[in-house]
Order: sequence, then C-alpha cells, then structure tokens
Amino acid sequence: MKRELLKFLAFTVFVLLLPLYFQGGYLMNVLVFVGINTMLAIALNLLLGYAGQISLGHAGFFGLGAYLSGILTATYGWNPWLAMPTAAIVVGGLAGLIGFPILKLKGHYLAMATLGLGIIIYIVFNETVDLTGGPSGLSGIPNLAVAGVTFDSDVKNYYLIWGFTLAVILFSLNLANSRVGRALRAVHDSEVAARVVGVNARILKVQIFALSALLSSLAGSLYAHTMTFISPASFGFNFSVELLTMVVIGGLGSVYGSFLGAALLTLLPEFLRAAHDYDIIIYGALLMLMVMFMPGGLVRGIPDLFRKVFKKGGGDSHA
Amino acid sequence: MQFDQILQYALSGFSTGAIYALIGIGFSIIYNATGIINFAQGEFVMLGGLLTLTCLDLLQLPLWAAIPCAVAVSTVAGLLFERLAIRPLRQPTPINLVIITIGGSILIRGLAMLLWGKDTHAIPAFSGDDPIAIGGATILPQHLWILAITVVIIAINKFYFYHTISGKAMRACSYNRRAAGLVGIDVRRMVLFSFMISSAMGAVAGIIVAPLTMTAYDVGVMLGLKGFCAAIIGGMSSGIATVVGGLLLGVLESLGAGLISSGYKDAIAFIILLLILFIRPQGLFGKADSERV
Repeated sequence: MKRELLKFLAFTVFVLLLPLYFQGGYLMNVLVFVGINTMLAIALNLLLGYAGQISLGHAGFFGLGAYLSGILTATYGWNPWLAMPTAAIVVGGLAGLIGFPILKLKGHYLAMATLGLGIIIYIVFNETVDLTGGPSGLSGIPNLAVAGVTFDSDVKNYYLIWGFTLAVILFSLNLANSRVGRALRAVHDSEVAARVVGVNARILKVQIFALSALLSSLAGSLYAHTMTFISPASFGFNFSVELLTMVVIGGLGSVYGSFLGAALLTLLPEFLRAAHDYDIIIYGALLMLMVMFMPGGLVRGIPDLFRKVFKKGGGDSHA
Repeated sequence: MQFDQILQYALSGFSTGAIYALIGIGFSIIYNATGIINFAQGEFVMLGGLLTLTCLDLLQLPLWAAIPCAVAVSTVAGLLFERLAIRPLRQPTPINLVIITIGGSILIRGLAMLLWGKDTHAIPAFSGDDPIAIGGATILPQHLWILAITVVIIAINKFYFYHTISGKAMRACSYNRRAAGLVGIDVRRMVLFSFMISSAMGAVAGIIVAPLTMTAYDVGVMLGLKGFCAAIIGGMSSGIATVVGGLLLGVLESLGAGLISSGYKDAIAFIILLLILFIRPQGLFGKADSERV
C-alpha cells in the first residue's frame, strides 16, 4: 500500500510539472484530452478489467454527461458546478436501472446489448433537435469558474481536468485494494465461486456499472465545459471502440495502464497527421495484435519483454 | 392511414428483412459452430457490395460474372480472417474474442476506406428500375430479386446442413464440439467452413441490397447489427426462425419509419434487440432451456 502511494505521488508530481516543459504550447490542449480519456478509460476498466463485464456503449454515458451538463447550463442557465453532479447522478442512476436487466447477460450478448444501448443514445442525441441541437451540435456551454477564475485557457483546463483525473485515479486505486475490489476480481475469475463465498455478484455488477457510467458522465461534463461546444459525432460507436482499445492496450485491470492506453491513443493521431482518417486502421490492427500477442496490455507486456530480453530463456510469466 | 401505404411499407420491409435474415443466418452459423459472435460479420456484407463494384468497373466483367467473383473474394477474406485472427488466439475467452472480432471489423473497414474511398457507390439493378404495381403499392424488380435469391440461399443452406456429410458434421459441432471431435470430425476445419459460409452469405446479402441502398465502406456496421438482431429474435437458429426474425424486423422497422419517425428507424431495431435480450434471450420461438445468456 505504501508503494502504491509513492507511485501515485510520483505520478502526481509528473502530471503537475508536465506543463512547465510544454510552456503552454499546442500540445497542452492534447494533454487536456489525455486527462479526459484517462478518466473514461479508468471508468471502463473498472467494469471490464476488474469486474470482467464488457461495455461497448460507454461513449453513450460520456455523451449523456456532456449533453445534460450542456443543456442545463447553456439552455437553462444552471451553474456548471451544480449541473455536473446532477448529470453524474442522473446518468449513474439510469445506468443502475438498466444495469439490472443488461448485466444478466454475459460475454457476446452483453457486448451486443451495450452496443445497442450506445447506439440508441447516439440516435437520441441526433434526433431530439429541440433539446440537443441535433447533428449540428450544442454551443455556448459556459466554462467552469472558481472564485473569479474562469477555466478558459489550455493551461487552466489542464490543471482542472487533471485535478479530477488524479482524484479518479486515487479513488480507483483505493477501490481496487478494498473489499469491493477483491470481490470484483472474484466475480471476474468465477462468478459462481464468488457467489459461493458470499459475494452478491448481481448487485455488485450493477453497482460497478453505475459507478462506471457516473465517472464517464463526469468526464463528459468536464469535456462539455472545456470545449464549450458538443456534437453527437464525439459520442458514437467509434468512440466506444476507441475507449475499449485504450483499456485493452494499456492493460485490463490496471489504473496506470488505462493512463498509458489513453495517452497513447490520444497522442498517436497527433503524430500521425499524415495518416489522418486512417488512424482507424491502426486502432483495428493494434486491438488485434494486443489481444494476440500481449493479452496483458502494455503495463504487463513491456516488463515481460524486458525480462525475456535480459534473462535469455527465462520462463514467460503470465500476469 | 391508408391500406395502400401500409402495404407499401410492409413490402419494402420484407425485402430489407430478407437481407437481415441472410446476415443473421451468417451470425448463427458461426455462433453454432464456435460459440463466437463475429462482430466483423457486417464487413463481409460491405465487401460483397464493393467488390462487385470493382469487378464491374475495373475488370469490366458482366454482372453475372461479377457477383460470383465478389462472393469468392469475400469468402477468401472470411477464410483469412479465421486463419489469421481467430485460430492463433492463445486465450480465446469471450471478451478476447469480442475484442479481436471488433478489431478485425475496424481493420477491414479501414482497409476498405483506403481502397474504395469514403464515397457511396451505386450498383446497377439486376434487371432495370421499372416499378411493378401490386395492389395499391409498387415494388422494384430488385425487391423480387432479393426475395428470390434469399429463398434460394436458404434452400441451399438447408440442403447443405441436412443432406451432405460436411453439413451434418457442422451440425454435430454445434451440438457438442468435443463429441464431434471424438467421432472423427475435424472441428477446426468445420470452424473454418463456418466462417467461409457466413462470409459468402454476407457478401451475397451485400450485393443484392446494394442496387437499392447504395454501398460504401461503412454500410457494414448497421447491416451487421441488424442481422444480429434478426438472429437474436430467431434464437440464434440457422434456419427458418432467423428468417422470420429478419422479416419481422424489416417490416417493423419499415412501418416504424413510415408511421412514427424516419429518424428513429435505426433505434427501433436496437430497442427490439434489447427487449428480446432482456425478456426472451432464447429468442421469440425458442424453448427456455437453451441458455443464451
């Protein structure tokens, strides 16, 4: 536990000092997105990596958070600080309700059902034009502000988003090492065995689904308030797949892995400007290659690789 | 609401439903042989349409030669997909299989975008565009082609699964893979066959629907999902239940689009999908004993 804390502190220092290096350049804006995507990847990882339940609809929860926040503030003039938790609670509650029937399904069926749910949400964003502005989007969403400071520049947004992201990381680390985290891993390994030792697997899965949706909604609200403009295109099926790719590449069940995956997939398109539009091919290939050759993700795969290179002929460890 | 209009919606729903049925049966064949839901199924539908286009435009083949050519290439793509992505998987857990077929699906779609660009393409109708009047409604010759080809494909399927050794072996695999292996059936080969048959059927569906709806690199996603929906309604059967599921879905969707709102047309399929999964995961016609969850 002490080592965990040191790791977290080192990571925090790294995050806080990073802007000094970039001096507020263009990349700061990208790093804001790394923060948001890290939060989303962790939210999905709680569900997929810890509880072993897949979701292909998380872009929908992300979008619901963004739109609820956006509509409450831009259309109804709410304070963003009030709109954010409201959106998170509504989305979490909604996910909790739908969680009961949806999490009865397993594997492929769960994947298809969450996919369907995500697409229904996406269609609603497009069709409820009076509320969401439809495909042309919703603009005029206010920035967040604290004590006279408005978060309207990349550097300010960086610290705002990463403040939240660090909090989510700390929370997830704690959760993973708590009784709940152990119960989740038990459900992951064998739901029947977990139930035999007294874990209420059904409720637990629904709770973690709701929590995951709540965190995604929070990320969505933050996204809406930093971008001040949202449109359905950001919340489609492709983004759900992108989130899944982040989690798988980083490593299932690893919080820092989610950061790695999110950072890689957010920065990659920036470095592949020439390959614009074709980044989807790279996602597809990455997904397949990771599952085939590095099922533990980067966080486990890279140390494994090192071990293999430096201790020739060493047994391959399966994390 | 006039009867004519309802008839019109029902008729056009029938032909899209037939497409969903073909794709759905593709899902079921792979699922029954392997326990995998192939998320890349829709991409073979897309490949069928676009490959036909290439055969027509680039190779200057006549339509009757272009279609089998496109189906053959799609079948090879299905074969490669199984050999290169599914078979080498070291840990074939359901989640890994979902992820790898999704990865394959976006990879194929991306490559298609690279090859054919982002435009939508049209394929000429098989026999003209003169509408035919039926009752108060009109249909296109292509609608009839779709229905006829679907019937033929389903008949071939039936024959294959019940009257050939290889088809019977495949059915044996779907009942119990280990037992099938014990009586000398090459299960891995059957798995390969199932992917080939499914991609061929998907390609046919993509070809016959293309003259009506046009085709593009990204048509596979929606068509694939709706095909899956048909298969779910049919309880993942590779027979008549999935056909009924597809037709039901097509007609409901067409009526919903016409009578309620065309914007929500796609949502209807997914609401049906969720309802079926929640309430009757064994399919509309299945017995409760078959575990689908």
